[in-house]
Amino acid sequence: MADTGTLSFKVSPVSPLAPDGRYLARKFYGRFMAGMITVAALVGVSVLWLILGYVIVRGAPAINLDFFTQRPLPYGEVGGGIAPSITGTLLILVVAAVIGVPVGLGCGIYLAEYGRGTIVEVIRFCSDLVAGLPSIVVGVFVWALLVRQVVGNFSGLAGAVSLSIIMIPIIVRTVEAVLLLVPYTLREAALALGVPKWRMVISVVLPSARAGIITGLVLSVARAGGETAPLLLTTLGNQFFSWNLLEPVGAIPIQLYNYAVAPYPDWHTKAWGAAFVLISVIGILSTLARVATRGNNR
Amino acid sequence: MMTRNADNETSQPGAWEVEGSPNFARSGGVGADDVFKWLVYIAAFAVPTVLVALFILLVIDSWEALSRFGLGFVTSSNWDNVKEQFGTLPYIYGTVVTSLLALLIATPVGVGAAIFVTEYAPRPLRVPVSFTIELLAAIPSIIFGLWGFFALTPLMRSTVEPFMKSVVGPLPVVGSLFQGPSVGKDLFTGGVILSIMILPTIVSISREVLLAVPTMQREGMLALGATRWEAIREAVIPYARVGIAGAAILGLARALGETMAVTMVIGNSSRKITGSLLTPGYTMASAIANQFTEADNPLYFSAIVGVAALLLVVSAIVNVAARLMIWQISRGGAKGGNRG
Repeated sequence: MADTGTLSFKVSPVSPLAPDGRYLARKFYGRFMAGMITVAALVGVSVLWLILGYVIVRGAPAINLDFFTQRPLPYGEVGGGIAPSITGTLLILVVAAVIGVPVGLGCGIYLAEYGRGTIVEVIRFCSDLVAGLPSIVVGVFVWALLVRQVVGNFSGLAGAVSLSIIMIPIIVRTVEAVLLLVPYTLREAALALGVPKWRMVISVVLPSARAGIITGLVLSVARAGGETAPLLLTTLGNQFFSWNLLEPVGAIPIQLYNYAVAPYPDWHTKAWGAAFVLISVIGILSTLARVATRGNNR
Repeated sequence: MMTRNADNETSQPGAWEVEGSPNFARSGGVGADDVFKWLVYIAAFAVPTVLVALFILLVIDSWEALSRFGLGFVTSSNWDNVKEQFGTLPYIYGTVVTSLLALLIATPVGVGAAIFVTEYAPRPLRVPVSFTIELLAAIPSIIFGLWGFFALTPLMRSTVEPFMKSVVGPLPVVGSLFQGPSVGKDLFTGGVILSIMILPTIVSISREVLLAVPTMQREGMLALGATRWEAIREAVIPYARVGIAGAAILGLARALGETMAVTMVIGNSSRKITGSLLTPGYTMASAIANQFTEADNPLYFSAIVGVAALLLVVSAIVNVAARLMIWQISRGGAKGGNRG
């Protein structure tokens, strides 16, 4: 008893919990900061809805059947759409996936199943660095290599290559992460049955991580589908339908850009329409990816 | 019987004893196993190969400009493709100014939102709030650009910039940042749009770092009679300091290389460096996007590739620094607990 009395006297003659002015000031300051922090969160959340709202409200009027089936018309003619960009984006994405998925998948399998020691760290580090590359730098690389040297002109192939470089690190990271979640007992069981390692990977490990892998692939496609800067430098865009990979091919983001920077209000509406299409596709892909993960063993 | 079931998908009809052994023999020979292994190895080594090839190609292609102008390539502010003078200082300046401004706006908002999610929000709000902010990361750059071009720029010109000029303009030092006519398409707007784009990066990583702070830290502080905010300031933020800094720097890395959104709102006209944020400018990335089609002579081409090489080096350094900081906090969480 005596001890506590001395102690409290030494520290402060008044209990720190007594509601004096200083306490009220601290309490008020705490409330104030809580308010500021809530405002910060509100700002963060509302920015997304603000942008989505703009895209929906201003983009929806542009959406009609022609928008999906017609090619862009010169200014002054009524109608026209973004069909060549839709087919072009599909073509480029398919080719990009054909290049990027095997490499990304293989690299992810290597990191999770085959790699040993520092080399794993090095490759993982390189993959992270590629993920952090500004997309325009990837564009300049492919532009300098394919457009100016190997192919000689802007081409769909160059666009696909640049998008595959953007896709690969995303695939690598998700594939490695989901493969590491596969329990070791499954691998051991397979190997104990005398299955060679490649069969173990293909028939046991990959199928049990299927949902996660699909999620990674879909997310990488969603990300690549919205990229603009590298495509601008590599395929340049095309107003007409083109299936020739060695020629410029249209793409939705490039068409959007061209519509947006033109001085005609009608084209601005079409730019918002293209944004609406792009965001819907990305939204659908992201939702699919999420559903695929949820349906899995986790 | 068990063996058969496990192997069922591919096995030919036959006695189960025989089935295991040809498999075994096949794998021992020329080796499907080896083939698969080498395919995987090739895929794995393709990633560093692309990185190295990219770096080497950019250096080779920019060599002509780099060797001709030497240090002047980064210190001169004269970029004139007609007279073949290529100094990138205005582009570097534009990139640095817009990125720092973005960081200045997005860090308090982003960390605040992360603190809201981890410390203040009622449980049912936590996931929706952080999920909504992280959705921003899925929106393509070009759509931010479109929104910036048609919605943000007019707002900046008519409201925000005149307001900043009247409030901040008369102040002694920072006032010089807000001089000149409000044009809307300028470094200031570029910084604002970038701050929105790096927000999800900062929020998601700060949130992870804050979640890694042991609850004991908070409880200890609260037990001493601290208010909630005091506990956050004295016990939570110092613990997560390094990781939050890493989150901000990762945001910076994203801001440095962002192209389309900035290109659409930054003006792309003036090449002069003035102290004011209300000047149209260029960033390194927007300069590339705007000028690559004009690169008809070899020196001009080389100079543009040089800008890309510069951007590559800067963003790689910033990225590695950020990753090291985040890695440090996630590895040595206990060490980060010592406040100093």
